[in-house]
This record gives sequence, C-alpha cells and structure tokens, in this order.
Amino acid sequence: MSVIVNKVRKGFFLDSVALMRISRMVAGCSAVEEAALMMGTSANKEIMSAAGLLNEVGEAAAGGDLVLGVRAKEYEAASAALEVATEFLAGPQTASDVGTIWRPKSLRTGSSLLKDANLALISVPGDFAAAEARKALMCGLNVMVFSDNVAIEEERALKEEARARGLLLMGPDCGTAIIAGVPLGFANEVPRGDIAILGASGTGMQEISSLIARSGKGISHGIGVGGRDLSSDVGAISTFAALDLLDADDSTRHIVVVSKPPSTDVSQLLLKRVSKSKKEFTLCLLGEKSVDVPGNALLVDTLKAAAVSASGDSNLLSWDPAAVAKPLGARRNGVLGLFSGGTLAAEAQYILMAAGETVASNAQIPGTLALGAAGDVHAIIDLGSDEFTRGRPHPMIDPMVRDMQLREALGGDRVGIILLDIVIGHGAHADPASPVVEAIKAAETEHPLVIASVTGTDNDPQSSSAQEAKLAAAGVLVAPSNADAVGLALACLRSVG
Amino acid sequence: MEIVEEANKEAVRRILMGDPVLVDVVPASEALLGLGPKTILHAGPPIAVQNMCGPMRGAISGIAVFEGWADDLADAERKVEAGTFVFHPNHHFDAVGPMTGMTTGSQPVMVVENRAFGNRAYCTINEGLGKVMRFGGNDGEVLERLRWLRDSFGPAFGRALRHMGGLPLKGIVARGLTMGDEMHQRNVGCSSLTLRAVAPAFASTAENNEELSAALTFIGGNDQFFLNIAMAMGKAIMDPIRNIEGSSIVTAMSRNGTEFGIMVSGTGDRWFTAPVEMPGGLYFPGFTEADANPDMGDSTIVETVGLGGFAMAAAPAVAGFVGAGTAAEAAVTTHAMGEIVYADNPEWTIPALDYRGVPTGIDIRYVVETGVVPTINTGIAHKEPGVGQVGAGVVKAPMACFEQAVRALADQLDLA
Repeated sequence: MSVIVNKVRKGFFLDSVALMRISRMVAGCSAVEEAALMMGTSANKEIMSAAGLLNEVGEAAAGGDLVLGVRAKEYEAASAALEVATEFLAGPQTASDVGTIWRPKSLRTGSSLLKDANLALISVPGDFAAAEARKALMCGLNVMVFSDNVAIEEERALKEEARARGLLLMGPDCGTAIIAGVPLGFANEVPRGDIAILGASGTGMQEISSLIARSGKGISHGIGVGGRDLSSDVGAISTFAALDLLDADDSTRHIVVVSKPPSTDVSQLLLKRVSKSKKEFTLCLLGEKSVDVPGNALLVDTLKAAAVSASGDSNLLSWDPAAVAKPLGARRNGVLGLFSGGTLAAEAQYILMAAGETVASNAQIPGTLALGAAGDVHAIIDLGSDEFTRGRPHPMIDPMVRDMQLREALGGDRVGIILLDIVIGHGAHADPASPVVEAIKAAETEHPLVIASVTGTDNDPQSSSAQEAKLAAAGVLVAPSNADAVGLALACLRSVG
Repeated sequence: MEIVEEANKEAVRRILMGDPVLVDVVPASEALLGLGPKTILHAGPPIAVQNMCGPMRGAISGIAVFEGWADDLADAERKVEAGTFVFHPNHHFDAVGPMTGMTTGSQPVMVVENRAFGNRAYCTINEGLGKVMRFGGNDGEVLERLRWLRDSFGPAFGRALRHMGGLPLKGIVARGLTMGDEMHQRNVGCSSLTLRAVAPAFASTAENNEELSAALTFIGGNDQFFLNIAMAMGKAIMDPIRNIEGSSIVTAMSRNGTEFGIMVSGTGDRWFTAPVEMPGGLYFPGFTEADANPDMGDSTIVETVGLGGFAMAAAPAVAGFVGAGTAAEAAVTTHAMGEIVYADNPEWTIPALDYRGVPTGIDIRYVVETGVVPTINTGIAHKEPGVGQVGAGVVKAPMACFEQAVRALADQLDLA
C-alpha cells in the first residue's frame, strides 16, 4: 500500500522547468514511486491528482504556493524524499557555468568575432580543404592550407581567386610557415631577423631557418607555397604573390627561395621576377644543374649552402666530417636513409649523387633510380611520402613509423650506414631521438653505423642539443646539419674503400 | 553565389523592416480565403490521414464534433475514415497553429497585419494549459472552452483590438526578451504586457462585467497566451520573404507530428520534409518519454523569425530541459544559432548577451555547412489521442530537410 505525502510552501515560486528538474531527481530517490513539485494552480493540481500525488494538504494550496508531492512505499521513504526536495529548493547543487564556452564552428563566424584576424590555417581532410580555403578567401583572409590531397586544378583555381582578391594562399600541403615571428604548422623557434625564406618545401625551410638561427641570425618571414607552386600547371602564382609581399616588406633584406627544380618555363619567369627585385636572393633549387641567375642572386645546391649564403656565416662550413668518420664493418657497404623530411631526403640524394654514388629512392630526384632497381646502391627512403602516411600519422609526428625499418636495418648484415633526420620544433614529436636510442639498445653490438642530424634549435620545445646528446650517448654519429650528415656518411664509406 | 548574397540581403531587409500589428479577431471562415466546407487545417507540411499521429487524430475528432460535423468522437472517427473531411496545412492559408494546429471555419483567429507590406497572418487563440485541443485533447471540457472562445472571448478581444487601433507587436517582443521570454516556451512577460495594453480597451468595449472579468481572467491565467500571437506575428513577418529568386533563407519550419518540413524563399512553396525527431525534455508526473509523441506544430515559425530556441539566452530557464541546464548553456545555444543565420536583429536584443540581437534569417547553406541545425523549444503531446500535454523540451530540426533544400536551390540556380 503506497502512501502520498504532500507539503505546501506558501508563496514560494520557482520556474516550472527548474521544478521539473527537481521533480525528476526526487522521483529517483529510493522507494519513491512518483514525485512532483508544481505551483498549486488548478491545472497543475489536476495533473498531480491524475498522477496519484495529491492529498488534502496539496489540494488546499493556492496558485502562488508550491506543492511538493511524493508517493512512496512507506512514509519514511516519502519523508526522506521530501527532505531531498527541500535541499534542492534551498539553492543550486552545483556551481553554474562549469566551463561551458562557445566556440564558433565556421570561419565566417570566427572571422566576424576576430575582426583583426587576417590569416586562416586550414587543416581538414583534403576533400574538404579547397572549400574551406575558398570560404576563408571570401572572408578576406590570407590562407595557409596545411591539408594535402587537394587536386591541382583546385589549387590553381584557389590561387587565382586569392590573386584576384589581393591575398596570399600558402599550400596546399604547406607544412611550415613563420609569419612575422609566429610559427605555423611544423616550424622551429628561430629569432626574428632580416632573412625571408620562400619555400615549396617544409623541411627545407625548417633546416635553413634552424641553421640560420644557429649562426645567430634570424628570420623575417617564412612563407610556404606548396610543393606544386612552381609547376607549369600552377605557374608560381603564390611564389609571385609572396615575392610582392616580401619586396614591400622593410624588415626583409635577403630572400631565400628553396624548392625542387621548377619546370623550365616557370624557372625563367621566376628568374625574371627575381631580377626585378631590389633584395638579395639565394636560390636553392635542389638538383638544378645550371641556370643563369641574375646579379642579385646566388644559386646554391644544398640547404646548408643556402643558410651560409643568406647568413654570411662561414662558421657553418667549419665542421670536418673526416675527423669524425669511422670505418664500416666487414661486408657492410650500403647507405640506408630513413627520412621523415622530404626535402632532407632529396638533399641526401643530391649530395650522394654529386659524389658519384648510385642512389635509389621512393622519392626520386632527377638522376636517381627508382627503389628496387637492380644494382648494389644506396637507398634513401622518404617516410613522409603518401605510401607510408596514408591513414597513418606523418613520421615527424610519430617517429615509430620508421621504427620497424630501423630495427630491421640494425639487425641485418648488409647496410653499412643508417642515415637519419631528427626533425624537432612545433608540431613534431616530443622526443623523436628516443625511439632511435631504444632501437640501437635493442640491436646486436655489431650493428651498422648510425649517422643523424637534428633539424631545429635549442629554443624548440625538444631542444636540439638535448636530442643530439641523447643520440651521441647511444653511439650515433651526430652531424650539425643534414648536408654534413651525408658528408659524414660519404667519409665513412670512403674510409673503408 | 552573387545572386544568393543579394537575395538574402533583401530577404533579411524585409524581415527587419516588418511591422506586425495585432489588429483583430474574426472567424476563420471570414479571414481565410478559399477555406472550403468541412475543411480542417492542421499543423505542418501536408500529410495523408493514414499517416497522422495519435494526438492529431484526437484533435481532428474533437474539432469535427465542435463544428457540428459529427455527433460524437466515434462518429467523427468514422467520418475521417470515410473521407468526409478535407485536410490542408495551415501554412497554405496564411495561417499557423500550435501543436496539432486545428483551424476550422467557426474558430476565431487572431489577425496580425504586417503594416510594412500589407499582408495578414492568422492564428487561433491559445487555449491555456492542461487538457487542450492543441495537444490532442478532445473531451467535453476542451470543446466547452473552444465554444467560449468562439462565442465570448474571441468577439470581445476583436472589439477591444479594433477599439484601440491594433496592438503593435515588435516593441512587446523586445520588452519580453528583457523579461525572460523567448516567445516559444516562455511568454509570461509578453502575455502580461499584452494584458496591460488591452485591458482598458476590453473595459471600454465589454458588453457586461461577467464577460470582461472572464476575458481578463483568462488572459491573466494563461502564461502562454502570447504564444499564438507570436506565431501569427512570425508568419506575418516571414510571408513577404517568400519567392525571392535565389534566396537561401528559410521562410517556414513546421511539423505535423510525423514529418518536419521547411520552406525556403528561393524555392517558393515547395516543402522539404524529413521524419520528425523526438524532443529531449522533462515530463509531467506519471508520464515518461514512452508516452511522448514526436515533435509537432507550426510554432517553429517563432524560431524562423529568431525567437524560441534562437533566443534561448533570454530565457535561461528553458535551457533546463536538456543538459546541465545552466545559463551559460542557454547563451551557447543562441551563439550557435548565430552560426546559421544571415544577421542579428538589432531591434530584438538580449541583455545577458550584452544586447546581441537575436539570430535572424536561417540560411540553409550555413546549416548544411556547419552541421548546426535549428534548436527548437517545444511542448510534448501524449502519443495517444485525447490525452493532452505530457511534458516539454527541446528538439532539433532534421538536417535532411536542409540538405534537400540546398540541392533544390542549387538545381534551380544551375549551380549543381
């Protein structure tokens, strides 16, 4: 037999939604069959009566009175539930506003809230990146498209749209930028200075800016234009837009352009554009054999040489690999490069090839072989290329991507030298050296030489010197730049042969 | 895209310049052009009888008895099956109706005139809370109230409004927003302001003291009295926005208890429908979500003009239906609705948001782009005929309506 207990609070008003919330909680008390708190209007009393919650106490309530009604198995449970209801009525049980903050979902709303914002960074799956980039342009924003897998037709259309609006579109697949000292994407903590880097390559910009920082100089802006900007299909639209901006920028004295070799027609346009600028240029077009460059420009063939040219700091050249080189073990002769940075892998191929070695790669530069080609060759593997990153994080984010190949090479008896890049900075893994150290510890004592360089600075969250020390302690031969690491590999090869 | 931008600019200009005035109360048969014999108007997009939900069927039986088209509820049911009655959506007759939305010839309808454009929109008088026809109630008490509204209150209210030259509504809504109303679930402020404004005219035009007392008591005892006025107002404001070529602004959102439908300016009178969703909310004692009918009513016209769920921040209590129910969450809802509209309404502002205007002009492109669908505050009817209201809550508009509308508009503009 159930019991109905009513209580009336004279002249106590609370909003009906608040009362419904309390009702639900009181109805959840143990041994309570039903409960409701309602203002005592006749309509409400009808509802309570129909629900078997009203006795003569509640029946007597007026419209301005609060009726508490509980039906329970026995009187004690009903009273206890009424106590609970009274506690809820005394005030809020939890602090209001528990971190409920609204964040805009669209670029349109975001840019209307941040009226001074002039740049949008787009990092969404490639299928959606062009649409978002277009919206950003329509909001009057310059755009950095971090996303890859954007069709080249879309890229060209976006860049034409940006040009028509007087805006800069960086990317697609622009991993690195430093705008007025603010690192975006994968970028390093470098001081501000008067050298701008204009790059179709993320790790190339990271290596050059880090080496410039080590020479004590700084960066005005680092502008990424995407790997295809200098192709005939795109026609260097963003490169030219960036050059216009840098030409007009008083804080920029020297401009480094870093890229894979442009197509011939675009190369001519670029050189013509450079000749019109009042700034000094260093052109690092990796693999570009011979072009006539204008008088205000110097053509270099490695990232390190670009840093030396731009900074004027020849100390970067003083490191002697011969002093560090070690002979290889018996039967070991090949170099296996396991790279996370695409441009660093390209630079390695170029230097090996320039030294007369035969090189194969999954990311070939002109003159190198496809991976798996016949012959006893050196292999340079770009682990950041599509076949390794589809559905997986980039090796700069997750260095475990190269762990399996690293451990296999360390355990084998053919590879003489394992060549590695350790890219640090914003966006990169918190401690990329450690998996290398762990793999070496797990390997047999008689393992291939491991040569590495760290791309980054001491001001990066990971600290370049801390990463270098960790590697050196595990027996890794550490070079001060990627080019020096390849040079050291060559010195080791030669010291055997 | 240029044409869409221009069209939407024009649509929002028209919304904001709307000047809705409650001018009269007249029988629906006089006001609604082309309303044929034995015709029952209902909420939502068009629907076949066999697909109508329980409360809609209950209300139809009740209104048929009320109109004298059936002897009793059972007779009405038989006649519904026999195809005796003609059904149309309210929206096809410049009208709107809450929940089941029953509108028939002899019912009094309130007339809101948009004086900026000269068009009129209509809505029946709110019956109050408890067992009412809009929630599917149909017993003697329900029908008796409808008769009183028809014979006494409606004519008296009409006389009062004519006497005072109409009641301008924009300012009342603006003040209601500062008093905790969002004009869908909270109408205490606006209902009180209305009573204050019309009471003298009621007194001047009343035929006797009993009638006057009953009328003022009715308004004063009905916290939701203003809801139906707000709905006719919404309809009067939105109708001049119809048929602007290229405009992606929503002109109506409406549910019939089975399907949710929207209409869009650029696609004219075409409905885009999808199965209606179940509200999340709180229930009266003795009822649970197992008793609830899915979302229903033309009242979403209120959200369409930027009130209701869109003005949630003005009525934090309503946020209590879902989630933690904090005032901060209410603000988040209004801000989120701001992502899917074309403009803020500078005349209807919310103090707690530093007088941000209510988000106005739902743009189907933004809904599809952001994945944010309109938030709607609503009552919940029992799924069985004849029971009535069992709770209230918050519900989302189905995304599928907006996706269809975007495709249709793109086709029409050859953008697909």
